[in-house]
Amino acid sequence: MRSRKLFAITCLLPTLLVVTAFFVIPAVMLLFIGAARGSDGEAGLWRYLAVLTTERYRSAMISTVLLSLGVTATTLVIGGISGVFLARNRFPGRGFLVACLTFPLAFPGVVVGFMVIMLAGRLGVFASISLALGGDRLVFAYSMVGLFMGYLYFSTPRVLLTVMGVAEKLDGRLIEAARSLGAGPWAVQRDIVLPALAPAFVAAGSICFATAMGAFGTAFTLATRIDVLPMVIYQEFTESANIAMAAALSVMLGLVAWAILALARLNGGSNVAAAG
Amino acid sequence: MTAGVSIELRRIAKTYPGGVQALKPTDLTVARGETLVFLGPSGCGKTTCLRLIAGLEMPDPGGSLRFDDEDVTRTEIEDRNVGMVFQSYALFPNMSVADNIGYGLKVRKVAPAERARRVSEMLALCGIEALADRAIDQLSGGQRQRVALARAVAIRPRVLLLDEPLTALDAALRERLRGELDQLLRSLGITSIYVTHDQAEAMTLGDRIVVMRQGAIAQVGAPRDIYFRPASRFVAEFVGAANVLTGTVQDGGLQIDGGTLPLEGMHDYGHDPLTVMLRPESIRLTTPQGAGWRGRVDAVSFLGDRQRVIVTGAATQPITIEAGNDHPIAIGELVGLEPAAGAVVVIPPEIGGP
Amino acid sequence: MRHRLPFLLALSLTLLTATFLVVPALMSMLAGVTRVYARGVSSGLTTEWIIEVWRLYSDTIWRSILIALLTLLVTLLIGVPTAYSFVVYPSRFTRILDEIMTLPLAVPGLAVALAMLQLYGGFMEFRRSSMFIVAGHVVFTLPFMVRAVAATLSAVDIRTLEEGAGSLGARPLRRFIDIVVPAAMPGILAGALMVVTLSIGEFNLTWMLHTPLTKTLPVGLADSYASMRLEIASAYTLVFFIMIMPLLIAMQIAARANAGKEATP
Repeated sequence: MRSRKLFAITCLLPTLLVVTAFFVIPAVMLLFIGAARGSDGEAGLWRYLAVLTTERYRSAMISTVLLSLGVTATTLVIGGISGVFLARNRFPGRGFLVACLTFPLAFPGVVVGFMVIMLAGRLGVFASISLALGGDRLVFAYSMVGLFMGYLYFSTPRVLLTVMGVAEKLDGRLIEAARSLGAGPWAVQRDIVLPALAPAFVAAGSICFATAMGAFGTAFTLATRIDVLPMVIYQEFTESANIAMAAALSVMLGLVAWAILALARLNGGSNVAAAG
Repeated sequence: MTAGVSIELRRIAKTYPGGVQALKPTDLTVARGETLVFLGPSGCGKTTCLRLIAGLEMPDPGGSLRFDDEDVTRTEIEDRNVGMVFQSYALFPNMSVADNIGYGLKVRKVAPAERARRVSEMLALCGIEALADRAIDQLSGGQRQRVALARAVAIRPRVLLLDEPLTALDAALRERLRGELDQLLRSLGITSIYVTHDQAEAMTLGDRIVVMRQGAIAQVGAPRDIYFRPASRFVAEFVGAANVLTGTVQDGGLQIDGGTLPLEGMHDYGHDPLTVMLRPESIRLTTPQGAGWRGRVDAVSFLGDRQRVIVTGAATQPITIEAGNDHPIAIGELVGLEPAAGAVVVIPPEIGGP
Repeated sequence: MRHRLPFLLALSLTLLTATFLVVPALMSMLAGVTRVYARGVSSGLTTEWIIEVWRLYSDTIWRSILIALLTLLVTLLIGVPTAYSFVVYPSRFTRILDEIMTLPLAVPGLAVALAMLQLYGGFMEFRRSSMFIVAGHVVFTLPFMVRAVAATLSAVDIRTLEEGAGSLGARPLRRFIDIVVPAAMPGILAGALMVVTLSIGEFNLTWMLHTPLTKTLPVGLADSYASMRLEIASAYTLVFFIMIMPLLIAMQIAARANAGKEATP
């Protein structure tokens, strides 16, 4: 059916056009800007290495990576346990509990930042409790800990849903078979459930990591003074007007995030659907 | 009803982009109003052949395809006016039964009143009047098959193409629909091409059968010819069960392990090894005394209407025999084997390839 | 019950997580209707903050809805045909296009926005209009539409359905409208909900792309978090919740309707 082939190719043109105009060309341009003469008066590829060589950028990169790793690990533990638990058990109120755990799915980073303020800000829950207990006002929203909480808030529903989806499809007979062979509850989790969930963990974990690396809204809401890479880029762009450096750092940040996702996909997390 | 067109394939071949040649250059003529069945194992090229005739695939350069006098080699399927019934039926889930049947007429801009008339005509023809307003997902497999057929016939196609239309159904239903389909195809008289891997379907429906193997035609002929006069060992064994024996010709008979097979009326085969075929139902069991061909019963399966007997020692390989159900046969019994008149069929030596 | 302990531990962790997620949202809703949050609910409930939000920010709400609908329109018009092409004629080219198209999801929005600004910052007419933001949102949401539609089309064997329509005389465009689009409908619906939800909440790109005259809801939210009193910020967040909730519920229903066909991202 040649007519179909021609039609199918035509169908790709608008997307090709839009993606080229609004993503490919701008991205390529960004690559060049990163190496062009910037407001710092210098030019060259060295700027791409500045992430490693300049103390400020290096420490921002390190703390961003560490923060993202910490968030990913914590989210996987919480999402993994709760996801399997909710998939395997039926009890009154379960539906409501699932709803509670998944409704923040649509919250953008800024709103998540505000949620952290409600929890750990000056008028937050932790502050009220610590005051009531006779202590000092406990405020940590505007610190790395606050940011950590924010990312946790953002990622938990996503990871939980992914794990739940896979765990629900897990063949219950496998577990029954393992138990019939004498495996206890811990052994079942270790030998049957975890291996079956491994691809989902890789997929969800890589998305979680990539999202945390690039997240901007939450940090923006909490404070402009937390030195994670996206904030540094933003400051380079707005305050220092060092567009070349902002471009170079953006490219490096994008590269790291993309590499993580690509790596995960190669390692069996075939179903990596990224999320905002 | 229209009688359709004749179809002529000349040097039609198909090579897929990966380099796989699904169909070797093939010549074939289908007469007007004929039902031609492509029969063969999966991957033999029968579906490729059908898709080429349909216009879903384009043949390799050099071949030509004609409907009567019209060259349709490069015509798209939508312009060929062929009706097609797919193995999965390909019924449109977003349309009712009547809308599915009327879709081809709608595309052809047939006026609504005329369209409705022809749809109800098709519904009646296929015995599914009651289903007109049903959604597709409310239909059983057999009902879907009928709708697919009605939809394909409604456009009054020049050729009706059926791609394993009964394969998705269970055995009992398949047998019933096979009979209905046969009647319908005969009453319509449209030139029909039918693809199947089921030899019973091919025998029932085909005016002629094209047996295919590895992208080429192995034999073309009427069902009886294919069954009784197979052109090769492959055809003999693919169409029905066959005992294929090889021996040497001596004194007007074929010398094999368990004795001599009479080769009445045949001669001039020389003394080269000769291969013959015997259908299991054309061998009779007799008492061993005085029999020219003997063996020992190795296994017996009682199948109700008949018994399947495996005899060893009669040839290099075990011989399968379909015997009557009237008397028990003991394992280990020595028996005589007697081919029915004309049952020994000489198979020509293979020409090229296994 | 032999497995009492693991059950209870997992239940506790799940309840704790739910509390962590729900409490701040509830607190913020409450704060949005409390006269003086620092003094608690005893200071009285009020709608004055919501009215104030409407006075200050209603334009951002309307603009966000408009941008989301325009984004939806564009992703539908270009995304559905693309998904069809991906499913019916997969090739090395479509795989590359898919990879490039999905890249904006992996690359931080900040970088994408920065890139767009560098190229189009000079086209003042475009730069100042909401269409600039729509372009960014399209780049970011298009993969979701394409994936949702492609998943549905792969599940229904669209090739054979189309061949059926072809045998009945329908040409490609006709087949696309009569057969492909209806077959893709569940995916189109799921994709549409996703696109609208993402567009309404998009901040990373939008913050960089917006101008004082093209503020969207999340931009306004960030603005209120930085410069308004907690009650107004809360009331504004409450308005956002109310807007986003129906979309979320619809998404759940749609997901349940084509259960198992695609995992929720």
